[in-house]
Amino acid sequence: MFSKILIANRGEIALRIICACRELGIKTVAVYSEADEHALHVRFADEDVCIGPSRSLDSYLNVPAIISAAEITGADALHPGYGFLSESAYLAEVCEACHIKFIGPYPNVIKLMGDKARARKAMKKAGVPVLPGSDGPVSGEEQAVKVAKELGYPVIIKAVAGGGGRGMRIVRKPDELAKSLKTATREAEAAFGVGDVYLEKYVESPRHIEIQVLGDHHGNVVHLGERECSIQRRHQKLIEEAPSPALSEKQRRRLGATVVDAARAVQYTNAGTFEFLMDPTGHFYFLEANTRLQVEHPVTEFVTGIDIVKEQIRIAAGRRLSVRQSDIEFRGHSIECRVNAEDPETFVPSPGVIHAFSVPGGPGVRVDSYAHSECTVSPYYDSLIAKIITYGRDRNEAIARMRRTLEMTVVDGIKTSIPLHLKILNDPDFLAGKLSTSFMERYMQEKPAANRALADLA
Amino acid sequence: MNLDDIKQILELMREHELAEFELERDGLKVRVRKGGPHIAMTPAAVMPVAIPAAVPAAAPAPAGAPASAGVVPLEGDQGVDLAVIKSPIVGTFYRSSEPGARAFVEVGDQVKRGQVLCIIEAMKLMNEIESDCDGELSAVYVENGKPVQFGDRLFAIKVK
Repeated sequence: MFSKILIANRGEIALRIICACRELGIKTVAVYSEADEHALHVRFADEDVCIGPSRSLDSYLNVPAIISAAEITGADALHPGYGFLSESAYLAEVCEACHIKFIGPYPNVIKLMGDKARARKAMKKAGVPVLPGSDGPVSGEEQAVKVAKELGYPVIIKAVAGGGGRGMRIVRKPDELAKSLKTATREAEAAFGVGDVYLEKYVESPRHIEIQVLGDHHGNVVHLGERECSIQRRHQKLIEEAPSPALSEKQRRRLGATVVDAARAVQYTNAGTFEFLMDPTGHFYFLEANTRLQVEHPVTEFVTGIDIVKEQIRIAAGRRLSVRQSDIEFRGHSIECRVNAEDPETFVPSPGVIHAFSVPGGPGVRVDSYAHSECTVSPYYDSLIAKIITYGRDRNEAIARMRRTLEMTVVDGIKTSIPLHLKILNDPDFLAGKLSTSFMERYMQEKPAANRALADLA
Repeated sequence: MNLDDIKQILELMREHELAEFELERDGLKVRVRKGGPHIAMTPAAVMPVAIPAAVPAAAPAPAGAPASAGVVPLEGDQGVDLAVIKSPIVGTFYRSSEPGARAFVEVGDQVKRGQVLCIIEAMKLMNEIESDCDGELSAVYVENGKPVQFGDRLFAIKVK
């Protein structure tokens, strides 16, 4: 087992990893930018190293500084958390070269699944249903028209090199294709430097369903069930839950088995999440895979009782998975709200100093947060300040617990998304489990127009 | 130079935990040394210092290329300009080019802008840290072979 792990991250996830390390008796090294000098993850790690100025590029994305920090502290493993360098095959390779165990998949698997086109191909080959598409960039208008006709409208144009909603256009009618193609290409060129676009079948109001997997270095792979993350705004998830109110036991078993087979086929190790779109008829289409720990992992931990971060550490240390598929049970229901430092109506970021911070405990409540009274929420990093997760015997109890927890939570000094979360938790469609990635449109100030850029697609 | 000037020098030394300080002005030279009878280059504890002025962003050095350090000029009273060289990277601090060789600089040396003051080793690469100003080396904060993090004080230079 490792004696010292360096956590190449910050905020709540750095604390999460520190928790797992402490429970396993492993020493921790925190790295921090100048802006995070007084952060909790620095305070609670056994050692800490300042790696750069506030800008992420100079600090949390700075591979030489992070590796150097591991060297001077003698860390024998590195956990990248999520975001930042967690899906950087480069960091994984450098770790390997420096004899620091990277807690995640091998670099070649990170590369494979990180390339959307290659990932689709590999999944298709492994028998995973993928969203029908052009299977590569379209060479021009003529080919695009042909492909779109084969797929059947509506289709979506996406940037090969991109994400986050830019370089994307939904096309509902054939006569809109040419113009949308030109616009999407221009946007892709501007945003990502590469104008290549590909086409995909567009699923109206899909649900976002993702499957958590764990694989060890002895060939064992298990799935920990699904999470539904349909409540999103501009590809940013707001509320996640496990299990999905839309999946039957049978669908779960089948999708889980398919994903496990696919993970085995690409020799997937450590933690990963396979994301799918589910259409109204119950068909699943592979979207992409994330070769890292996810923000919303706590809901899975609640319904399975498995500590995913500890499993990650154990897997990286060469141990076998602590559970077999037959041991894994799904009990109860869990919901997570991502509390962001932003205006709940305009979504304008709200950095600043939190003067009072208090979340009630009580049965079935978990809080993953770096916030505390008199802490600074700086503008340099993402706006997530706390994850509030609840668990109940069923979905209704989990919702009721979340409602009362949010109502009794105090965050003074900055604005948070809590009022928005409460609105969602009182929405009849949400309560009925009628979710889709277009759910959040009802809370957006902008009215979607017919030809408008696709900002709200998930 | 009067008692007030000396008091201010002592205050400056205390504030910045200097072991040794030298000032020459109007034909008068003052050298203040903490501790024992010989010149002890006792480094102060290595710790990050919150300096009000912004440190210019210095990129980590690629192999062979010299790195530049962030220099923050501090206005002492009575026109004493002290530049503190802070580490621009994470690594291990070495005072000389190789074990056994002479240190690049010693306290009291005149240094020039661009002159190599030390090496910080990171990921098996030797990064040369250069002075950003001309002046006299008045303090060394880190012991040879010790680890440094971003922003750690390395040297103080009395700027001309």
